[in-house]
Amino acid sequence: MDVRLSAEQEALRDSAAKLVADLGPTSVADLDDRDRVAKLDAAVAGAGWRELRTATDAGGPWASAVDVALVAEELGRGLADTAFLGPSLAAELRRLSGLEASAVPEAVAFAPDLGHPAAIVDRALAVDCAHGDGALAVDCAGCASALVLVPVPEGHGVAEVPVGEALDGVDLTRATATVAGAAVPLGNVTGDDLTRFRAFGLALTCADLVGTMRGAVDLATGYAAARHQYGVPVGSFQAVQHLLADALVAMEGSRSVTLYAAWGVDALAPDDALTAAAVAKAYCARAARTVGETAIQVHGGIGNTWDCLAHVFLRRSLLSCDLFGGVGPSLERVLAARGIGEADGLR
Amino acid sequence: MDFDDSPDEATFRSRLREWVAANNPGLPASSTSDAYWAGQAAWHRALFDHGFFGLSWPVGIGGHGLPSVYEVIVDEELAAAGAPPRPSLGYLVQGLLVHADDDVQRRFLPGLVSGRDRWCQGFSEPDAGSDLASLRTRAEREGDEYVITGHKVWTSYSDDADWCLVLARTDPDVPKHKGLSAFAMSMRQPGVTRRPLRMINGITKEFGEVIFDGARVPAADMIGAPGDGWALAMTVVSHEREPGELGYVARYTKLVNQLTETVRNAPERYGPEPRRDLAWAIVEAEMLRLHVCRRLSERLEGIAHGPAGSVDKLLMTEVEQAVGHAALTVGGAGHGETDDTWLKVYLYSRAQSVMGGTSQIQRNLVARRILGLPA
Repeated sequence: MDVRLSAEQEALRDSAAKLVADLGPTSVADLDDRDRVAKLDAAVAGAGWRELRTATDAGGPWASAVDVALVAEELGRGLADTAFLGPSLAAELRRLSGLEASAVPEAVAFAPDLGHPAAIVDRALAVDCAHGDGALAVDCAGCASALVLVPVPEGHGVAEVPVGEALDGVDLTRATATVAGAAVPLGNVTGDDLTRFRAFGLALTCADLVGTMRGAVDLATGYAAARHQYGVPVGSFQAVQHLLADALVAMEGSRSVTLYAAWGVDALAPDDALTAAAVAKAYCARAARTVGETAIQVHGGIGNTWDCLAHVFLRRSLLSCDLFGGVGPSLERVLAARGIGEADGLR
Repeated sequence: MDFDDSPDEATFRSRLREWVAANNPGLPASSTSDAYWAGQAAWHRALFDHGFFGLSWPVGIGGHGLPSVYEVIVDEELAAAGAPPRPSLGYLVQGLLVHADDDVQRRFLPGLVSGRDRWCQGFSEPDAGSDLASLRTRAEREGDEYVITGHKVWTSYSDDADWCLVLARTDPDVPKHKGLSAFAMSMRQPGVTRRPLRMINGITKEFGEVIFDGARVPAADMIGAPGDGWALAMTVVSHEREPGELGYVARYTKLVNQLTETVRNAPERYGPEPRRDLAWAIVEAEMLRLHVCRRLSERLEGIAHGPAGSVDKLLMTEVEQAVGHAALTVGGAGHGETDDTWLKVYLYSRAQSVMGGTSQIQRNLVARRILGLPA
């Protein structure tokens, strides 16, 4: 056992960190800077990070799930407002289904609560999601289509639907949209591969949450050192220090579970990979909400205004928390893996 | 980046697994019964005699000189077998390794590591808890000896200890951190009086207090030089904050496995609250296992000890207390029942946010030394 990052992994992480430091938003106003967003999008496309999970000639992915998680963490930390999670998920689902990589940007559609990939019942009316009124394409900026699941007798088919109208989602940095139009069948995915896909999705959302937590702690710590009340920095008060210390600790624990979950996607049996990912997701989802709330609290009144970045971190984490299921479904899965109760299957 | 065993690690793991299966003494949980402490010394010696203790410590003191990650394997296998955790004395070993000269190391470490000698740590005093440097126990030089006078409290294992790592004031005329020295002192002498303390869960063998009234220690048994005591204390407490040093992953995982078994055997008796608490306990214990994997891997390149130990202590506390809450809601408060083991686990868990430096102190350290917030 040696769970240190390799030199290549450190280099990948550093280049993601640098890219987002150069081109990511540094204020809420920056989110409306279309020129900057276009540059960020082009840089991420140029780096090839959205295609890390496309298949090599041997059928495996170009990069490990740990590699993808490292990029996801840095993009989360820097509130990168360009598609990454969506196209990475689509690439993984295509690879696991034995499909050719998509030539154009593509996302994955989810049930309305985001807990599961959307399972389309009626191919002709792709908006008929199996449990809810409409499927949502997530993190789909620049994507014309999204992958959905189609129940077939032997398991699940994978189909493609056009991305429809953009929605105002909770997350100000990643696009959500309806899907509309007929589903075009592409192929099938086995139950084991679907389990692995969900493990991958959970691990990536955890990595994004670790990133948002790091970003939120950095933002709030910087503010606490700079903001003066009673003639001293508010960060000198023990009450404020303890809030931030707890946030850092929650982030570090989250990082440890996420590392294992990401490793497990490629290294563990599918069910074990999913359990490891559920452990990580329960931990990270609880931690991320608290850390996001802490960042707002430390900013005081300013933290409750739209123009403070603190809520942008919290909002981003709320999307990642719900995607593939948050605390509740993850805890159920953890218990089910130990023979207590039943976890939700794919509905 | 690999959580899997190397071939050598896998060989070691299977050897250990086979041995534990045949040699598990089946002691009660360490925090719940005095019977645990009665059997712990024999367990320590059994682990040592079969080559399963002190894996990452130097060969010269009875260790095996292996990478720290082997300690994770021990913790995982002991927990999986429901065996007692490894004895938690790595912090004393590290303190002596860093601060004692060769002579003191040679005379004391082999007995400590092998379990032949039992040790306790005499740091805290009635008026020196978090503010340890204000301690008042005196060590006064008389010829080739020091004479120790003072009162130590919240001393783990003091009732059974042969030796005590005593922190005492050798120079009252310098600032409080600078006047302290450390000694390896025999507990078996007339000037030492021990009294057990009953913890809130009723056990009496873990916790004690010790009165030193003219106890004697050879000057040659000072650890380091006069005035080096504070540095040694900081080394010891920083290791005392590390779950990888303490072997607590095994302790928590074993408790979680027992709680899981309890619910699985009679699921109809457990509603949403105990199930949720159990699920969190499972998640937390697993988090700590993985966190220790990460920390011990970092040590492969000899990362020095720093304030990160306070992060680990806070995580370890979060786990212990989550397990404690699951013990309470799954096991119940034991109203009128003869077996109140789970209540004892719960009550014992409250100590984790105090021992080895309170959670408040750890948060101060994280805020100032990691986050860089102003004092």
